[in-house]
Amino acid sequence: MATATKTTNWLVDMLTSTLGRKLIMALTGIFLILFLVVHLLGNLQLLKDDGGVAFNRYADFMGHNPLIQAISIGNFFFILLHIVTSIMLTVRNRAARPVQYAYTQEGKSSAWSSRNMMLLGTIVLIFLVVHLQAFWAKSKFGGLSETSLDGKSVHNLYDATQVAFAENWIVAIYVLSMIGLAFHLFHGFKSSFQTLGLNHKKYSPFIHHVGVAFAVFIPAAYASIPVLMFLKQESMSLFALVGCFVLALVFSMVIKPKQELKKSEGGAG
Amino acid sequence: MAGNSTHKLNLTLKVWRQKNKNDKGKMVEYKVVASPDMSFLEMLDVLNEDLLKKGEDPIAFDHDCREGICGMCSLYINGQPHGPKQTTTCQLHMRSFNDGDTVYIEPWRAKAFPVIKDLAVDRSAFDRIIQAGGYVSVNTGVTVDANEIPIPKDVAGESMDAATCIGCGACVASCKNASAMLFVSAKVAHLGLLPQGQAERYRRVQKMIAQMDAEGFGACTNTGACEAQCPKGISIKNIARMNRDYFVAKLTTEEAL
Repeated sequence: MATATKTTNWLVDMLTSTLGRKLIMALTGIFLILFLVVHLLGNLQLLKDDGGVAFNRYADFMGHNPLIQAISIGNFFFILLHIVTSIMLTVRNRAARPVQYAYTQEGKSSAWSSRNMMLLGTIVLIFLVVHLQAFWAKSKFGGLSETSLDGKSVHNLYDATQVAFAENWIVAIYVLSMIGLAFHLFHGFKSSFQTLGLNHKKYSPFIHHVGVAFAVFIPAAYASIPVLMFLKQESMSLFALVGCFVLALVFSMVIKPKQELKKSEGGAG
Repeated sequence: MAGNSTHKLNLTLKVWRQKNKNDKGKMVEYKVVASPDMSFLEMLDVLNEDLLKKGEDPIAFDHDCREGICGMCSLYINGQPHGPKQTTTCQLHMRSFNDGDTVYIEPWRAKAFPVIKDLAVDRSAFDRIIQAGGYVSVNTGVTVDANEIPIPKDVAGESMDAATCIGCGACVASCKNASAMLFVSAKVAHLGLLPQGQAERYRRVQKMIAQMDAEGFGACTNTGACEAQCPKGISIKNIARMNRDYFVAKLTTEEAL
């Protein structure tokens, strides 16, 4: 017979419980969702038809601003925490069912994305390694050409993206990874609010619709960058972004939230 | 059973047989002829009669009220807890199946619900979670008048929704992580919403979750499989409420547990 173990420190007790680990997943997830927005806004400058001046200026600023550097360390830490916690939860969850069912119909009661967050997260992680190695590592540890901007010499990160996105297989990896990210966000966005305890008749439908739109728009907009650069159609960027937005709205309207199941009459009897 | 259907269902059953908790167990195939008017458990009764006549060991399965209210019956039927309908196995009828169907019958699968024999599992982990805090302490004495404590209708309704949980364990069985969050949250919400449950509200949620974790249930991935499979339709809104109460309890209460 199992009994609850006593821990003296309440914070350790809370953060190592199943609920606490889910809290870590939700909070780091929401931070990474915010990161996706900021990172996209910056990177859309790649599509500006100015030979990379705006993007290189932005990249130089991001690479040298102390506040950004501090946030970037936090970002890496939260990614790591998100991964480590997910592994700990997965190990526990697998152990909770040592003997599998011979026959299941899980698809009847839950969405595919919600059951495959580890797989989807792994796709995002593989992408992250490829992506960081291609751009972040080069700007930190060398391997980029230099260009002069505002009278000083800066890394020509724009040039590196152009070289990379001229390769069809790199573009394909980026697009496929963004599809993985879309499914990860489709579940992760709304799930994080549920974990935080934010489930309410008044605003849960709003969270659902924003979540679906976010899960479509953000990955689609990210994917449009390598695609447009590969096709050398940067001038079409505004159309592409409007297209992504319309697509997000359509998905958000088509995919309805689950209906409230029941409401008892209350009172005796 | 006063059935009036003339046609019969010829079914192939694939049933989990396991002598005791240490046995490895395996799926065994049986043929059974059932009437569409039978309940699922009556169909198993017929099969067991047959097995007894042949001198074989009948299939062990849990059941009690057979009215869908006690939560004793279980069975993972054709890949879903309590089978294809949103009800308990005892209230599932053979009219939900077709002639010639193959029906898989398995026990709940969870480390915290070890198999006792065949399809019967030990669900005393749920009892220990309740013992840890799933109650309201009251003084004994004269019966309190009905409606003496005012409770808003909405609140009473929500509490009643949660209170309809019969503790059958379908949530654990359906969850890919074998998590008991829906069960625990239903109890936390049922008691925590009512004025009588306030005194122990924050202690209750912490103790019950500590016990839930100690029993070895998985964590929640918010897939929603539990609420879709719950025979009583308990909403995962209760899990959000439990999370809220738990974090508030951990972050604000001073009592050391």
